[in-house]
Amino acid sequence: MKKTRAIVITGNGTNCEMEAAHACRLGGFDEAVIAHIAEILSGEIRLDDFHFLNLTGGFLDGDDLGSAKAQANRLKHASVAGSGEKLVEQFSRFINAGKLILGVCNGFQLMVKMGMLPGFDGDYLAQTVTLTHNDCGRFQDRWTYLKADPASPSVFTKGIEKGIYLPMRHGEGKFLCDSVATLERIEREHLAVFKYSDAEYAAPSMEFPANPNGSINAIAGICDPTGRLMGLMPHPEAFVHYTQHPRWTREQLPEEGDGLILFKNAAEYVRKNLV
Amino acid sequence: MPNRIEIALKAGIRDARGERIKREIEHFLHLPVAEVRTIDVYTVDASLTARELEQAASGPFSDPVIQEWTIDRPLAAGFDYAVEVGFRPGVTDNVGRTAREAVTYLTGRPFAAGEGVYYAVQYLLKGTLALADVEKIATGLLCNTLIQRYAILSAPEFVAKRGFPALAPRVTESAGATGRSLVQEIDLEVSDEELMRISKEGVLALTLDEMRIIQAHYRDPKVVAQRQKFGLGARPTDVELECLAQTWSEHCKHKIFAGTVQYEDENGNRQEIKSLFKSFIQRTTRDVREKLGARDFCLSVFKDNAGVIKFNDSHSLVFKVETHNSPSALDPYGGALTGIVGVNRDPFGTGQGSKLIFNTDVFCFADPFYAKPLPSRLLHPRRIYEGVVEGVEHGGNKSGIPTVNGSLVFDDRFAGKPLVFCGTAGIMPAEVNGQPGHDKYIKAGDLIVMTGGRIGKDGIHGATFSSEELNENSPVTAVQIGDPITQKRMFDFLLRARDKGLYRFITDNGAGGLSSSIGEMAGECGGCRMDLAKAPLKYPGLNPWEILISEAQERMSLAVPPERIAEFLTMAVRFGVEATVLGEFTDNGVFHMLYGERTVAWLPMEFMHEGLPPMQLPAKWTPPRHEEPVLEEKADYTEDLKQLLSSLNICSKESVVRRYDHEVQGGSVVKPFTGVMNDGPSDAAVVRPILESFEAVVTAHGICPRYSDIDTYHMTANAVDEALRNYVAVGGSLELVAGLDNFCWCDPVQSDKTPDGDYKMAQLVRSNQALYDVCMVYNLPLISGKDSMKNDFYDGTTKISIPPTLLFSVIGKMEDARKSVTMDVKRPGDIVYLLGKTADELGGSEYLALRGAVGNKVPRVDAAKAYQRYLAYHDAVLSGTVASCHDLSDGGLAVAAAESAFAGGFGLALDLSRMLWKGDAAGKNDLALLFSESASRHLVTVHPEQREQFEAIMSGNCFASIGVVTAEPMLTISGLSGTSVIQAGLAGLKEAWQRPLREL
Repeated sequence: MKKTRAIVITGNGTNCEMEAAHACRLGGFDEAVIAHIAEILSGEIRLDDFHFLNLTGGFLDGDDLGSAKAQANRLKHASVAGSGEKLVEQFSRFINAGKLILGVCNGFQLMVKMGMLPGFDGDYLAQTVTLTHNDCGRFQDRWTYLKADPASPSVFTKGIEKGIYLPMRHGEGKFLCDSVATLERIEREHLAVFKYSDAEYAAPSMEFPANPNGSINAIAGICDPTGRLMGLMPHPEAFVHYTQHPRWTREQLPEEGDGLILFKNAAEYVRKNLV
Repeated sequence: MPNRIEIALKAGIRDARGERIKREIEHFLHLPVAEVRTIDVYTVDASLTARELEQAASGPFSDPVIQEWTIDRPLAAGFDYAVEVGFRPGVTDNVGRTAREAVTYLTGRPFAAGEGVYYAVQYLLKGTLALADVEKIATGLLCNTLIQRYAILSAPEFVAKRGFPALAPRVTESAGATGRSLVQEIDLEVSDEELMRISKEGVLALTLDEMRIIQAHYRDPKVVAQRQKFGLGARPTDVELECLAQTWSEHCKHKIFAGTVQYEDENGNRQEIKSLFKSFIQRTTRDVREKLGARDFCLSVFKDNAGVIKFNDSHSLVFKVETHNSPSALDPYGGALTGIVGVNRDPFGTGQGSKLIFNTDVFCFADPFYAKPLPSRLLHPRRIYEGVVEGVEHGGNKSGIPTVNGSLVFDDRFAGKPLVFCGTAGIMPAEVNGQPGHDKYIKAGDLIVMTGGRIGKDGIHGATFSSEELNENSPVTAVQIGDPITQKRMFDFLLRARDKGLYRFITDNGAGGLSSSIGEMAGECGGCRMDLAKAPLKYPGLNPWEILISEAQERMSLAVPPERIAEFLTMAVRFGVEATVLGEFTDNGVFHMLYGERTVAWLPMEFMHEGLPPMQLPAKWTPPRHEEPVLEEKADYTEDLKQLLSSLNICSKESVVRRYDHEVQGGSVVKPFTGVMNDGPSDAAVVRPILESFEAVVTAHGICPRYSDIDTYHMTANAVDEALRNYVAVGGSLELVAGLDNFCWCDPVQSDKTPDGDYKMAQLVRSNQALYDVCMVYNLPLISGKDSMKNDFYDGTTKISIPPTLLFSVIGKMEDARKSVTMDVKRPGDIVYLLGKTADELGGSEYLALRGAVGNKVPRVDAAKAYQRYLAYHDAVLSGTVASCHDLSDGGLAVAAAESAFAGGFGLALDLSRMLWKGDAAGKNDLALLFSESASRHLVTVHPEQREQFEAIMSGNCFASIGVVTAEPMLTISGLSGTSVIQAGLAGLKEAWQRPLREL
């Protein structure tokens, strides 16, 4: 049987590559490679050789031009050495091959600003939504309850009953759309996979700190209509074992953390569909 | 003519940055503003086509969903005043640097020399404001004029002038540099007054004795003859004099800790101490290691940028804590940012290099609500607080290193200088390419390579300026702004280069710049030859001496074997990191600097490093006597407890802590906040650096400057104990734990400016004595540390000296992170124990501070008993019988009980009559039992089923069961007479604790 292969891109300010690769392995990927963007631009490592791409958390280029903006620009314009192709073409080929991409935090910001999400009508390069400064005006590190949409097409969230509990750690996580039509379509097609909610996952919340950034409709994560591309602000790779939970010393928790299911679903999808 | 690209939020989009500024203007400056909106301004000073400018504006510079842009046309409208704030020439402009790189990707062309992109922010103020108010807002909040420039336009002026002009803050060659020779010679054959003028005006911070030693060196005929061979005269060059000033600065040389002290105690006993560092700090480590014998876990102490200890067979731990006080006083944001990214380079540059796993921060400030007048040069404590917190936030978060532990300490004397302690730990393979990871060496013939950022005029004289008190003329250039991303890129590259064995030696460029790093490296092999003209510069116009001593950030110095240089440089290019060969290491005993062909410095290594005789320091200890306050006993202390919970040193710091990413890298086990609502204050941090394993690193710290007002011996003993008891509380093992000492003192050198120098020096001696005494009992080797000895402000009339402060940090191991204990009570019915005895020790306490008193009965550490108890307690943790544990510190039992209760969401019913007392029974009363800060105590809860096992493990130690956890959310404490002395709902207690700093 062929190996299931995950890749985590790092470099230029990506910070969560180690735990993202760890989560991929725990989730069942046979291999999880941490690739520096320099190794991809030099042609040493090719996206084509992988099934699951992780764009993970950090501060790409310091978020100096707005979160992930400089990297979005780099990916669109940089060429891969020796191949004559732009890096963005490798991305498009990856998506068209039916493979999976998960963007977390800075990676979600990058996907949104490149136009990969929500990816209406197969257009993965036109920006229609954004993630901007939290209403509170500050970076926050706090745990949030994320209510899942059971009707979402996301391949990552199958089997989540009500919701999951994950840490958010960002200054620019407020989700906004370019128009009411975009927001309505996201809602209509059940692309808003996760919404910030109360602790019982009963209803989406617009109240700080349950909703830590003031996102419209409390949206914390979205997927594309195929369900293969997804991004979210909170960090699933930061809760794969109970000792990462803020209250593990006082609650009876299962061995696995809530975030692991996303990586397990990805591994299972790859095994069934891509190898 | 440069172009201005402006980016504004579209109508209807909330401007969170503007709203924050509005809040700060109201809160801080008490000026009414109706609205603040902001605009980003990129001044592009490069030959771009109109199409390329549009591509930049609409592409990387703006977000099409929420922003709009213009080129050379102002966007501002609907305001009363506009204030534009940008950097002064030469100041690190991170956004400008990223913008420039983005343009390069767009056009596919590099920028030409002198071209650039510069960032500024325009603030649009609406409201009934006078011009003077706007000036106040600009200089008091928006702009730090040391590093930034600002311009103000009223709405009518703005219209008349069509907005702000497009100005590029290029660095132009300073007038002094042009028309002069690159290298100056300085005549030292002058009077003593003239020697001191040279030192003072040059910010050399050299004393008259030191100037005379240099004078004598250049009179030596052998030196003169050697110099002639390299075309140098008998006078020192500015490069040489500056280099000596850096190398010999207090900051780099630690002259006070190396000096000879004549100490006299309160009984007139005299003692000569040759080097406090050797006599106490090094000796502590040596003696503890000897005591540990085969269990010794130290791998590299005091000789590298950070200390290294064993973690397990495959990995070693690295830890260093630094201060960045003087720069933070002038530019809190830049100073603190540089502090954190600067200390990152220490563990990174230790051994063959380590991966960084966590940061710690401790800040000492004056009251942020301080309302009295301050000397003109001092920034308001609130502004320092804001700037420092934000600087460390950016430095830590952007570098991807979790900030896991810290403190905020308040005392109004820190208005003179804030203390900004930043620590970083790393992990390295025990072996790298077949060699111990913590070892490194240099061979003559290895190449001198500098990587990372370029050199500018930033940070010139940082080392010497921080070796003096802060004064009216403290130099602007000493301030720098860190660039975490350039550094992160360099680290990503260097760790890969390490694993390929592409370099032999690595160290960081910190204080003193290349003069220090290459000077120290040259000491490894016995010399170096370096061409300063080869160093990459941010802009032209730097003199050779400036290149040598610039403290421009984000640079590492390496020794690369000639046979690996090609691979090293190729890999650097691929990772987007600048790397430059500057020369080679030699073994001829000379620090030899060239500028092109010309020799500009020729200094024998021996003179540089050994030429300075030890300082002579008088020290006389006279114990201070404070008025002993008369405290009225009360029937009820509930209000006192609430006041204590609201005091700055005790109240919740959650608003600051949540701004720091404490979970990145995924190894967080005990977080800064814990409990049922995730808001109870943890005692220490537990982190798993290797995600596949449950072995954990535990870190904690102790700091109690208030006790210095009584006796620094006990201040130090308590700080060491506080660090260890915090560490022990969460489950840290006593088998593998090490300490780091950071001394921050006020100037202890007797002089006209410091007539009480002998007392301050005696305080330093006593602190060192305690450090040795307590660490010996606790088996705590000191693995690294730092001292900062000039924490005073003096403007000729007002002198503010900080209280002598020791930050003691510990780092150690826990075999299984799953055994960690947190401070929140867990279940009703659990039994509450107090470990340790309580005494009448309110001296220096938070309780007395509330009453405006100091007292004399400072807590005394009984280290031997405490250590036995800590060992037993650790066994209890391993046995799984401990449900919760919280250390007792500021505010004593009452505060610890309140915190544990509201963190857990369950009440406590305690009985003071069951507490163990130490000492004279006359002092035993409810007040002392509640609020005394006696050392080495823990408040523990245990499930009734585990009572017997817990008590069996603890038997033979001082501990007592003092109450029970209750379902009812109340803290109820009954006093010695049996009636309740504290009764309060947890919600009210928690609110008192959370309120003071919630909005900051």
